[in-house]
Amino acid sequence: MRFGRTPEQHAFSEALDDLLGAADVPSAARAWAGDDRSAGLKIWQRLAELSVTGLLVPESDGGVGADPVDLTVAFERLGYHGVPGPWIESVAVAPRLLGGTPEAGVLSRVASGEALVSVASGGRALDADVVEQTYALESRVGLDTPPPPPLVEPGERQRAGVETNTVASATLSRATVGSEQKSVDPSRRLFDVTAGDEVVTLDPRPALELGTLACAAMLHGAGLRLLDDSVAYVKQRTQFGRPIGEFQAVKHLLADVRVALDFAAPLIHNAALELDAEVPTAARAVSAAKVAAGDAAYLASRTALQVHGAIGYTREFDLSLWILRVRALVGAWGTPAEHRARILESLVVEPVETPSRGEI
Amino acid sequence: MSTLEFTQAEEAFRLEAREWLAANNPGRLPSMDTAEGAAAHREWERTLASGRWSVVTWPEAYGGRDASLTEWVIFEEEYYLADAPTRISQNGISLLAPIIFGHGTESQKERYLRDMTDGSLVWAQAWSEPEAGSDLASLRATATQVEGGWRLNGQKTWSSRAPFADRGFGLFRSDPSAERHRGLTYFLFDLRAEGVSVRPIDQLDGTPGFAEIFFDDVFVADEDVLGAVGDGWKVAMSTAGNERGLSLRSPGRFCAAAVRLVGLYRERGLADPGLRGAGDEVVDAWIGAEAYRLYTWATVTHVEAGGSVGAEGSINKLWWSDLDLSLHETALSLLGGEAELAGPWLDDYLFSLSGPIYAGTNQIQRNIVAERVLGLPRGGR
Ligand SMILES: Cc1cc2nc3c(=O)[nH]c(=O)nc-3n(C[C@H](O)[C@H](O)[C@H](O)COP(=O)(O)OP(=O)(O)OC[C@H]3O[C@@H](n4cnc5c(N)ncnc54)[C@H](O)[C@@H]3O)c2cc1C
Repeated sequence: MRFGRTPEQHAFSEALDDLLGAADVPSAARAWAGDDRSAGLKIWQRLAELSVTGLLVPESDGGVGADPVDLTVAFERLGYHGVPGPWIESVAVAPRLLGGTPEAGVLSRVASGEALVSVASGGRALDADVVEQTYALESRVGLDTPPPPPLVEPGERQRAGVETNTVASATLSRATVGSEQKSVDPSRRLFDVTAGDEVVTLDPRPALELGTLACAAMLHGAGLRLLDDSVAYVKQRTQFGRPIGEFQAVKHLLADVRVALDFAAPLIHNAALELDAEVPTAARAVSAAKVAAGDAAYLASRTALQVHGAIGYTREFDLSLWILRVRALVGAWGTPAEHRARILESLVVEPVETPSRGEI
Repeated sequence: MSTLEFTQAEEAFRLEAREWLAANNPGRLPSMDTAEGAAAHREWERTLASGRWSVVTWPEAYGGRDASLTEWVIFEEEYYLADAPTRISQNGISLLAPIIFGHGTESQKERYLRDMTDGSLVWAQAWSEPEAGSDLASLRATATQVEGGWRLNGQKTWSSRAPFADRGFGLFRSDPSAERHRGLTYFLFDLRAEGVSVRPIDQLDGTPGFAEIFFDDVFVADEDVLGAVGDGWKVAMSTAGNERGLSLRSPGRFCAAAVRLVGLYRERGLADPGLRGAGDEVVDAWIGAEAYRLYTWATVTHVEAGGSVGAEGSINKLWWSDLDLSLHETALSLLGGEAELAGPWLDDYLFSLSGPIYAGTNQIQRNIVAERVLGLPRGGR
C-alpha cells in the first residue's frame, strides 16, 4: 500500500514554489483585476516552460500526458500563490473536453502556453476577454427532447450547472461572450456567455470532474497560504506586550485550521486517483474533495481575517487576495450544496462497499 | 398574541414611524463610503431630522422626541424592516453624543449636538492606532499643552467614515509620564484642520470605509477637550457597556435580515431540493434573531428599571456579530453559484465579516465574559 505523492511530485511542487515565490504574483493579480494582464501572462509563460499548461495534454499533442494527481500538485501551488487567470479552464478542463473533437487542434498551443481558453461553468466564463476561445456547454437530455434553456438564463444557472455535471450528453459550442459580471474577487473576470456555433455533442463529465478537482486543489492551496501568512503574522504582531500568538484563543483558532486542511488533503489525493482509475465512485470522491477543501479553505480565510484584525479587512494588504479568492471558489465548479447532494445521492443509491475487518 | 405587551402610546409610536418611513424611505442608497453615497446619506439624515426621527431618544430641545428606550428599539425595528439606508451619522449620535450629554460642557452641547442630528456634521471615531488595537491603552498619540489649548501629534487608524466625515473624536496621551489608562484626554477635532491628513483605506469590498489620520502639530482649543484633562479613559469607557450591550446594533437590523433571508429561501430554496439543508440554517438564523430581540427587551426592561449594562454587553456583542455572519453565509449558500456576484447580499456579507473585529474583537469579548461575568482568574496580558 502506498498513498501519497511521489518524490517527483514533491520536486515539481518545489519547482513551482521557486518560480512563483519569486514572481511577485500578488502584483500580477492586482494588475489582472485592473485590466493589465501582462504580468499575469508572463507568469503563464513561465509556468508553460515548467509544463504546467500541458499537464493533461497528450504527448502526441505536445503535452506531458500527466495524471490527475500531478494536476492537483500544480493547482495546489497555483492556489497557494494566488495566480490569476483561466487555469482551471485551460489546463484542467480543456484537454479532456476538446480532445477528439474538431477543436482538438488548439490543445498543442494550450500545452505550449500560446493559447488560453475558457469554458463556461454555470453560465459564466472566466477571462473570456483574454482567451483565444471560450466554449459553452449545454446539457442534452435526449435526442428527441428539446435541449433545456441555455445555461445563462437567469435563475437557471445553478441547476444548469448541476445538470452538466450529471448529464452524460451535452452540446459543446463556441460561445458568444456577453457582458462582464463583478465577482467578489476582483481578479476573477467573469463574463456572461451564450452558446454559439455548435461543435459537437459529447459527454462533458470527465472534463468537468477534472475542473472540480483542480478547483478543490486550488482552494486547498489558498487555505495553506492563509494559514502560513497568519502563523507568521501572529508571531510578529504584539499587543499587551506580547506576540498575539501567545494567546490561546489565537493558537486554537489556527490549530483548527491546520486540522481541517490536513483532512482535506487526502480526499483530494484520493479523488485524483479515483478519476485516474475511472472507478464508479470517482464523481463522489471529487465532490467530497471539493466540499472538504472548500470548508477548510473558508475556515482558513475566516480565521486569517480574525487573527489579523482590521488590517486583514483591507484591500491593500495582500491577505485580501486569498480571502476573496476563497469566497469565490467555494461556490465555483459546483456549490457545496450541489456536491453534498451528489454525495448523498450516490451513498443512498449505490451500495457502499463495507471495508473488510482487515481494512479497518 | 404576543407575550410582549406594548402600551397604546408605544403602539401609536410604532405606527407613526412605520407610516413616516413608508412615505419617506428612499431605500438603499449608493454606499456611504463613496463621495456620492456620503452626500446621499447626509441628505437622508436631513430628511430624517426634518421628521424628527434621527435621534428619537434625545430631548426635544436637541431635535429628539424624548422617546423611551422601548420606543427607540421599536423605531429601530421599523427602520430596518423598511430596509432604510445605513446611518452615516452613527458615530456621532450613538458613540459620541452620549458622552457629550454625560460629560460635555453647555458650549459643546450647543456647538455639536444639533448639527449631528441632520447630517451636517458627520463624526469619525479615532481611537485605534497601528500599534494599539485590542490593547487600546497602549496608545501613543500625544497632546501637548500650549497657550489656549493643545497640540496633537501621532497617528490614528481604521477610523470609520473618516474619508468623508467632518470631525473626529479620540483619545490622546496628555501626560507623557503616565502609563496605559492614565494620562489620556478625550479630544474633539476638525478633520480639515491644519496638520491633519486623512488617508482613505479600501476595505474588502473595495470602498474606503475607513482611514488613517495623521496629526502634525494640530491645534485644538481647550473648549474641545471632552471631560476633564487626564480623565479620557474613564470618559470614553463610561458608555462602552451600553454601546456593546444596546445602542450599537439593535435587534431590528437582524430581525429584518432574518425576514429577508426567509424570503430568499422561499424564492430559491423551496424549489431546489439541493438546498434543503440550508433550510435548517435559515431557521437557525431566525431563532438567533428572535433570541436577540427578546434578550434585548429584557435588557431594556432592566435598564428602564434603573439598571445598567456592564460586562454583559460583551455577551451581546458576541451574539449579534456571530449571528450576522452566519445569517449572511446562509444567504450566500442560497444564492449558490451566483453568491460571488456583486449584490446587496454580498455587500452585507462582506460587512458582517468585520463584526467579530470592530468594537472590540470577539476574542477580547470572550476574555471579558470569562473574567468579568464568570469571574474566572485573569489571564496574563
Ligand atoms: C470595519 C472596521 C471598522 C473600524 N472602525 C473603527 C473606528 O471607527 N475607529 C477606531 O478607532 N477603530 C476602528 N476599528 C478598529 C478596531 O477597533 C480594531 O480593529 C480592533 O480593536 C482590533 O484591533 P487590531 O485590528 O489592531 O487587531 P489586534 O489587536 O492586533 O488583534 C489581532 C488578533 O489578536 C487577538 N488578540 C489580541 N489580544 C488578545 C488577547 N488578549 N487575547 C486573545 N486574543 C487577542 C484579536 O482578537 C485578533 O484576533 C475598526 C475596525 C474594523 C474592522
